[in-house]
Amino acid sequence: MTAPLLDVRDLCVAFRSRRGATPVVRNLSFSVGAGETVAIVGESGSGKSVTALSLMRLIEREGGAVTGGEMLFRPHDGPAVDLARLDEPAMRAIRGNAMSMIFQEPMTSLNPVLTIGEQVAEVLLAHRGIGAREAERAALAVLDEVQLTDPERRMRQYPHELSGGMRQRVMIAIALACRPRLLIADEPTTALDVTIQAGILDLIRALQQQTGTSVIFITHDMGVVAEMADRVVVMRQGEHVETARTADLFAAPQATYTRALLAAVPRLGAGAPIYAVPRAGRAEDAGDTGEVLRVEGLVTRFPIRKGPFRRHVANVHAVEDVSLTLRRGETLGLVGESGSGKSTIGRSILRLVEPTTGRILICGRDVTGLSQQAVRPLRRHAQMVFQDPYASLNPRLPVHELVTEPLAIHDRLPAPARREIAAELMRRVGLPADSLDRYPHQFSGGQRQRLAIARALSSRPRVIVADEPVSALDVSVQDQVIALMRELQDEFGIAYLFISHDLAVVERMSHRVAVLDRGRIVETGPTDAVLSDPRHPYTRDLLAAVPVADPALRHGPRRLALRERRSPINPVGFTPPAQHFAEAGPGHLVAV
Amino acid sequence: MVHTTLSAPPAAPSLLHRATRLGAGLADVWADMNWIVRFTAVLGLVLVVLALAAPLIAPFDPNAQSLLSRLKPPMGLAGAKDGYLLGTDELGRDILSRCLHGLRLTLGVALLGAVIGLLLGGSLGLFAGIAGGRVDDLIMSLVDIQIAVPFTLVALLTVALLGGDLTVLIAVLGIAYWEQYARITRGEVLRLREMPFIEAARAAGASGWRIAVKHILPNLVSPLVVVFTVNISNIVLLESTLSFLGLGLRPPTATLGAMVGMGRDYLPSAPWIVAAPALLILLVTFVIQMLGDFLRDRTDVRLRER
Repeated sequence: MTAPLLDVRDLCVAFRSRRGATPVVRNLSFSVGAGETVAIVGESGSGKSVTALSLMRLIEREGGAVTGGEMLFRPHDGPAVDLARLDEPAMRAIRGNAMSMIFQEPMTSLNPVLTIGEQVAEVLLAHRGIGAREAERAALAVLDEVQLTDPERRMRQYPHELSGGMRQRVMIAIALACRPRLLIADEPTTALDVTIQAGILDLIRALQQQTGTSVIFITHDMGVVAEMADRVVVMRQGEHVETARTADLFAAPQATYTRALLAAVPRLGAGAPIYAVPRAGRAEDAGDTGEVLRVEGLVTRFPIRKGPFRRHVANVHAVEDVSLTLRRGETLGLVGESGSGKSTIGRSILRLVEPTTGRILICGRDVTGLSQQAVRPLRRHAQMVFQDPYASLNPRLPVHELVTEPLAIHDRLPAPARREIAAELMRRVGLPADSLDRYPHQFSGGQRQRLAIARALSSRPRVIVADEPVSALDVSVQDQVIALMRELQDEFGIAYLFISHDLAVVERMSHRVAVLDRGRIVETGPTDAVLSDPRHPYTRDLLAAVPVADPALRHGPRRLALRERRSPINPVGFTPPAQHFAEAGPGHLVAV
Repeated sequence: MVHTTLSAPPAAPSLLHRATRLGAGLADVWADMNWIVRFTAVLGLVLVVLALAAPLIAPFDPNAQSLLSRLKPPMGLAGAKDGYLLGTDELGRDILSRCLHGLRLTLGVALLGAVIGLLLGGSLGLFAGIAGGRVDDLIMSLVDIQIAVPFTLVALLTVALLGGDLTVLIAVLGIAYWEQYARITRGEVLRLREMPFIEAARAAGASGWRIAVKHILPNLVSPLVVVFTVNISNIVLLESTLSFLGLGLRPPTATLGAMVGMGRDYLPSAPWIVAAPALLILLVTFVIQMLGDFLRDRTDVRLRER
């Protein structure tokens, strides 16, 4: 092998604070050959993003510094330079030119007041020494390369006029405009829907083949790694764990940590849980059908108001004619991409948003006609767990008050009694009971989600609506939280409405699934039946787009039908045509 | 958090028990301070004690004139007169005594004024943020009016019409800055209202009242403490301005501002008349700012160690 394009040796990075330097990357060594794709994987806090920023020497902006080691890079044919020792002007000549970077958040990494054309032309002007006219022509060519539709028009548009996927394409165009030798992609698809992600991954791969660029792919997603990388560097808490060829890593991981990480990755096709009527039945439930939630013809629309008189000009059709049922101890997975209305369904059921029409029965009680005041006592039967464990817990409440809040509300229990129950709940969700006086910020993300579950559990609800409860967590933590939720289900016979965009997670949790597209259920049925035998084209697209954590099953370039996303905004009084379902198997319904 | 580490207290804790708890709490606070905050805390305590004890410790009646000992410099300077520690003003009144009484009035007025502003502005802001819609529009247009009209002018007019009475002064100072509390509170409420933990509380079944008291108010404490402390300093200065313009309390009542105002004519020949009250104003605002900063950090549980 010829000398590598990038050779990192014993890299150390530290953040300085008043309490001294905190090392975040320790003695990391790896290399990237020409045209090679190397993935750096790890969970949060592993130092993978810090490594990427250090290579670009952007880490100084974040308050960190390279404290040791070298990063030998060949910006052009000839001798390598040590990136760790370059001064700022020399670094500037490399950034965006010989080495460039794509960031995670396509919504904020473009400047909102400059047109797309200006932003792409900017790098060309900075590094190519060409005129404005020429740069514009070159920018147009690059936008065409990243397969943006109608590039002439995009040139004149501003970032807010583009969707997330289109913006990420623009970011890639900017990164590749000067034909860099090395592209660093820091979680470039994490914020995107799976079908959009599939398109972006295909694009990066195609461009890499065309231009011979090397790629460092930073990700937490083993599926993406299996799809993209030639070699993998596994990191944990700032330390190098293992480097291996992708196929070898997945086939025979050497390090214990890598094995645990791979074992925790939810894999699509691993099989769904089988529903059994739970033993934990209650006396008053005996003899009934066990149905704890029934939703009939739920429609939720949000009015759009304009003008000085706030005239009602149109409706956003968030949920259209959704019906579902949930039995005791059962999990129904709601799957869909962003904007599919899955969260709105959950929130409508709990009357956190007002449904437009439809009937919702919780434990047989119709809650649709009730006033907010009358709904309140019923809330004890249906609790919710939210996605963001950082924002969904009041930072000012100590844990013992936080997890027993439903009891304070519904049973008006005095503080000492609540404290006792809180200790019991903490034990049940696997948190130390002596942490009752701590505050939410003193817990990690996974622990916080356990707190949220404990809170939901405290009023002994029949139904818990879990809105992306594990999406913000690392895979290993994700795995534990899912296991906990299933345990609690067996023990208490709780029914979950499990909302997620992640098909593999939904499969692990759900007895049945419902696939949502633009506010409607397009396919529903037993999890195994729907996932192994998808009938609706949308379900098929969704399944095809999921990256598989197995390099042997790597997708070829996918031909996903590029569906034009129809706007969910309709004029007032518009009623969409009714939906009809065909039966594809026992309980397996497909929209026709 | 003292009150939570103790196991459930009996129904009526004894006085002794409470006193120990208070003592432990204070020791806790003291341990949290660095030397500069400790210094300001002691300084603040001294100022408050001086203000409270002014009638007892002031060597002279603050308003007693003695034309024979006019414009005497403080002790240690040539021409000083025995007993007049900080010298005398143009009417022969003892500056130390006037400063002590002035401090008492200024502190009282500023504190009351700031509390009035907090209650008025805070509740209007809370109301605007929670109610939204027309109520919000109305309250926020009041805020805009308050910002647009120079308040000194309004204060001038009010005092001119109603007279330089203590109640009028406190009322004027109280409404001077309500709009700051209203804006901060409303903004915070709007931000908090969209936070998932508020929705989580609703999902748990909490009433609007409970959400406001248990979830929104505690999160408002930090920003409001900041406004409050900045505000007290501003009120001290506004009171000085009004008194300086002759629109504060009627002479001869001493406030720090009035003393600075009255002394300005003698600045070249007898600078001590202005120096002592001016220095006190400086100290008071400094202490309040420092302690406010400390208090904000302390009330924010999120800043505690993991």
